[in-house]
Amino acid sequence: MMLELVLVFVMLTTLAVTGAGRLDTCIRLVGFQGAALGLLPVLLAMSGGEQGTLDTAAHTGWENAGWRVLLLALVGFVLKGLIFPGLLLHSLRAADVRHDVEPVIGFGTSLMAAVLILAGSFWLAANMKLPHEATSKLILPAALSTTLIGLLIIVIRRTAITQTVGYLVMENGIYIFGIAMASEQPFLVEMGVLLDVFVAVFVMGIIIFHISRDFDERADVDQLSELKD
Amino acid sequence: MNLMLYALIGLPTVAGVAALLLRGNLVRRCLLVVAALGHLGLTIAIWNQQVLPVESGQWLALDGPGKLFLGVMSLLFAASALYCFGYLERENLDLLAGRTDSTNESEQIFIGCLLFFEAAMTLVTMSQHFGLLWVAIEATTLASAPLIYFHRHNRSLEATWKYLLICSVGIALALMGVFLLAVAATGTTKGQEPIPLTVMDLISAAAAGKLDHSWLHIGFLFVLVGFGTKMGLAPMHNALPDADSEAPSAVGALLSGALLNCAFLGILRYYQVCAAAGEGAFCQQLFIIFGLLSMAVAGAFIIGQGDFRRLLAYSSIEHMGIICLAVGIGGPVDASLGFASSGIAASCGAFAAALHSVNHSLTKAALFLLSGNIRHFYNSRVAADVRGAVHSIPWTGGLWVACILAIVGVPPFGPFLSEFLVLKAALDQGQYFIAILYLLLLAVVFVGMTSVALSMAFGKPPEGEREATAPEPIWAVAPPAVLCLLVVALGLYLPEQLKTALVDAAAAWGVGK
Repeated sequence: MMLELVLVFVMLTTLAVTGAGRLDTCIRLVGFQGAALGLLPVLLAMSGGEQGTLDTAAHTGWENAGWRVLLLALVGFVLKGLIFPGLLLHSLRAADVRHDVEPVIGFGTSLMAAVLILAGSFWLAANMKLPHEATSKLILPAALSTTLIGLLIIVIRRTAITQTVGYLVMENGIYIFGIAMASEQPFLVEMGVLLDVFVAVFVMGIIIFHISRDFDERADVDQLSELKD
Repeated sequence: MNLMLYALIGLPTVAGVAALLLRGNLVRRCLLVVAALGHLGLTIAIWNQQVLPVESGQWLALDGPGKLFLGVMSLLFAASALYCFGYLERENLDLLAGRTDSTNESEQIFIGCLLFFEAAMTLVTMSQHFGLLWVAIEATTLASAPLIYFHRHNRSLEATWKYLLICSVGIALALMGVFLLAVAATGTTKGQEPIPLTVMDLISAAAAGKLDHSWLHIGFLFVLVGFGTKMGLAPMHNALPDADSEAPSAVGALLSGALLNCAFLGILRYYQVCAAAGEGAFCQQLFIIFGLLSMAVAGAFIIGQGDFRRLLAYSSIEHMGIICLAVGIGGPVDASLGFASSGIAASCGAFAAALHSVNHSLTKAALFLLSGNIRHFYNSRVAADVRGAVHSIPWTGGLWVACILAIVGVPPFGPFLSEFLVLKAALDQGQYFIAILYLLLLAVVFVGMTSVALSMAFGKPPEGEREATAPEPIWAVAPPAVLCLLVVALGLYLPEQLKTALVDAAAAWGVGK
């Protein structure tokens, strides 16, 4: 039950990010989403036990998997829920800006597009044949829609900060898929993935700072248009 | 063997950390050169050993393809490091004299990231686990982003942002592909033990029919698009021309010559698994389509290209297309084994791909280093501003002409041989339509490249151009000259060791239809 609640929360925050005009709201929303995702490994391990799903708890027993799941949850929570939004808020303060530039297709249309993607994801997930039953029917649609809407945000938003937020949303979608569907991934790999994303956000933050300093303070990537053929 | 692998990754990593901590530019530059030469020495030592079959469950191991790309990468890195040694000093002098519009990044960060970049690429070549491979490829993006931003002006900022965002998104899609592979590997039957995501385990599981084919298909698409973004396959190539042309020339050489191969290696590892599962033909069709498309798109942008650095970058896209196409054409591997022993031309596309990747890397790296010299002398990136390079800077100009002729496929240079082998493979496979398209596109690029690049070398130098007062520095000429010599040598003679390495690599990718 908790698992479904978290997944619904993730889908709702994704939609909210698509429609949010204030940059700090976008960042905080993606932070809440990340924090909720931090709980996911624990919830999956708890609910997956008796259904014979793929997660490690089912294979090796809760006792062995416990520390691994807890550590993953903790690292995920701290990184996705606290550090990533913290870094971005810091860049935002450096850029000194509140409102995003209007998306390429407008806020209303982009929300509509996101809702369509969400509906499409439910339809697609219902038609995909999994080798094994997933722990919850909501996992596939949540993962698909979050990934695709993240891509949508990257494409339609015009500031470097919102594009980074879109990247994080997309990464969150893939994270849901990975944790839920491919959870026998070795621990080291999961940590490596989180570390890479952390460095990516860090480097992006630095570049955002430079864009806001060298161009205008909104870090509007439309101004980055000198290089073309 | 294993200890050597750790040393190969550890050496640049430790040197990179040291570069961040040490003080003094000269110390750091020396450190860079020593680490690069040490890495090359270790790589040569590994090349002298037999490639061991990769055992099940091994995460780090050097197989045929990995060994080939590691060798090329290490060689290019050594050449670039030597070039950087003088280049950084010149940049400093220019900065003090106020001759540039850029405010360079500190050398500390540049050299540190350069060494981390090498460590990450080394890890890519020896990762046998798909998760580790993904982590390593993403690490190459992150380590190279600060390198592209070296000059710190608006253009390099734009290039860095595009590179970072587009590649990160692409690689995130590839991560999805890896997870889809994991789903495919949970098996076709219930209660089956999940298969570890190492190449060897997956290949044996695939051969035993334990992988779910529909998920394998979707996964391949994601990996192809994802790593293809990094590799510069059209239509996902957008970040590459900007990044390669804005980065300092030594970095451009590594991006074009070494990094693109590493990204392709990621796709090829997945392809090996698909081929073992009997889905090789599906992947090969996609390789052919993306290969020809890349050649066509590159050709379109090469015609009339005014910026000679972008010209080189688009040429990289074209050559990645050729390599991709060659793997797609395929053909029996036995033929290339015959080639190794008797010298008869092979009909195997995979062998041609392996050889062409070596030829392209060496030539393109030399060209990028030379373009740095040209750009410094004429203080312009526009091809029309550069005239009579063979007169004003004879060494650079001469090598530039030689390497341009090599890259467009003029005999006796190496790329001619490998491009010819690709054509032969296509004809032997009965793919006449593809062969004709391939030749047409090669001709388009030939005309486009030579008309722009050769007019830079010949003609009358522009009036009022400052005379070459000082002779060209040895650091700027020797590394590309050595690479150019190697390219000539490869066109005339393939050393036994390289042949073995190429056949080993081709054996991994070469699957008949």
